[in-house]
Amino acid sequence: MVQPLEILMETASQTGGPYVHIGCIPTFAGLEGVYPEDLGKRAIEEGAQGEIVTITGSVYDGMGWALRDAMMETWQADAQGLFPGEPGADPAVNGFCRFAADGETGEFTLRTVKPGRVAKRGGGFQAPHIAVWVVARGINTGLQTRIYFEGDDHAGDPVLSRIEQRPRAETLIARKTGPGAYRWDIRLQGEGETVFLDM
Amino acid sequence: MQNAPTDPGPLVPRNRDAHPPGYDPGYKTSVSRSPRWPLLSLDSTRTEETGPVFGHGLLGPLDNNLILNFSKGEAPAVGERIRVHGRVMDEFGRPVAGTLVEMWQANAGGRYRHVKDTYFAPLDPNFGGCGRTITDEAGVYEFLTVRPGAYPWPNRGNDWRPMHIHFSIFGTGFGQRLISQMYFEGDPLIARCPIAHTVKDRGQLDRLVAPLDMAGSRPMDYLAYKFDIVLRGRRQTMFENRMEGL
Repeated sequence: MVQPLEILMETASQTGGPYVHIGCIPTFAGLEGVYPEDLGKRAIEEGAQGEIVTITGSVYDGMGWALRDAMMETWQADAQGLFPGEPGADPAVNGFCRFAADGETGEFTLRTVKPGRVAKRGGGFQAPHIAVWVVARGINTGLQTRIYFEGDDHAGDPVLSRIEQRPRAETLIARKTGPGAYRWDIRLQGEGETVFLDM
Repeated sequence: MQNAPTDPGPLVPRNRDAHPPGYDPGYKTSVSRSPRWPLLSLDSTRTEETGPVFGHGLLGPLDNNLILNFSKGEAPAVGERIRVHGRVMDEFGRPVAGTLVEMWQANAGGRYRHVKDTYFAPLDPNFGGCGRTITDEAGVYEFLTVRPGAYPWPNRGNDWRPMHIHFSIFGTGFGQRLISQMYFEGDPLIARCPIAHTVKDRGQLDRLVAPLDMAGSRPMDYLAYKFDIVLRGRRQTMFENRMEGL
């Protein structure tokens, strides 16, 4: 026998299901009037400092079919690499955004400010990135991943540098499609499967 | 450039055995929506260790009262009146104070107010189906609602969801983000539900089942069910702040 270790186990995840929008983005479900507006509707407010970027994409299943019921959340630093709530952070950057794949096309859009590099514990920097969390019917535990940006210096980034198969790192890099416009898709399974994180 | 913000501390790595595997053929939709490659496991960074903070200014007075929040207090929803309450804590049993808890559910007939739900159980004109609140200093939250009905869903030939309430919890870091479901003590459909049984650890599934809590109920008004929620903890030792490798 040993002394009891009084550690609790994290509550088990369960799928958000097809109606996740009711609780998280009620107006998307057609549910109006309970809250004044959906939570996390905008990543930034007017006047956010830095380069405004728009990232569009889809979430594809193993067949290459775009999910119509996926919900995503993002969390990011401001253009200086500071997270909301940190001293000196840009008050016009909410950092958090919540959005759904379109019910008809499956496409999503995130309009935000391009984040700056974020300091690592113990020195150095992470390359500019946006953390993404994806839930949907059929996803039992929400999937973590990240958006990085084409053209940035990714050397020394703790996530990208840990991906052994270099081509897989490409799945985390949003491709520039025009001024301030990027494309970034999530592939849940199969060819070009997105790197999902356990951090 | 950096104003040396306080270090919230690294997150304890997720115990993946606490959670369902991504691929579980009993839940058919998971077959095409589960990654085949293993997750890339890394220490948390500031990105996962920080997260959005929502203040009480967000909340309306009826946000955690689903019996009244859709009709704005005009008329109560139909169904068995229940209070659902509990504590949000971390793996070390410490309360997670001031965190947003969102929930959503079907009405007493098992119908969701969602454009995609076509089940023929009727909508209740006085029930929306979502609520939210923020935990107090002790990590405690509560909702007043009606008990959701069970409903059939397309999976195997005759699958029914047990009565359940969906929960979404933020914690204090984005890496703690969690969505789960609460079931009700004594529901015979839990044992038959492929979604509940994506959780392979029996103790972990049991912890999703809220017990009837007579002491938390109110005579002649509502029954109560208690549902505690555990989020990932943070490592907090004086040995964290060493130079790497030393």
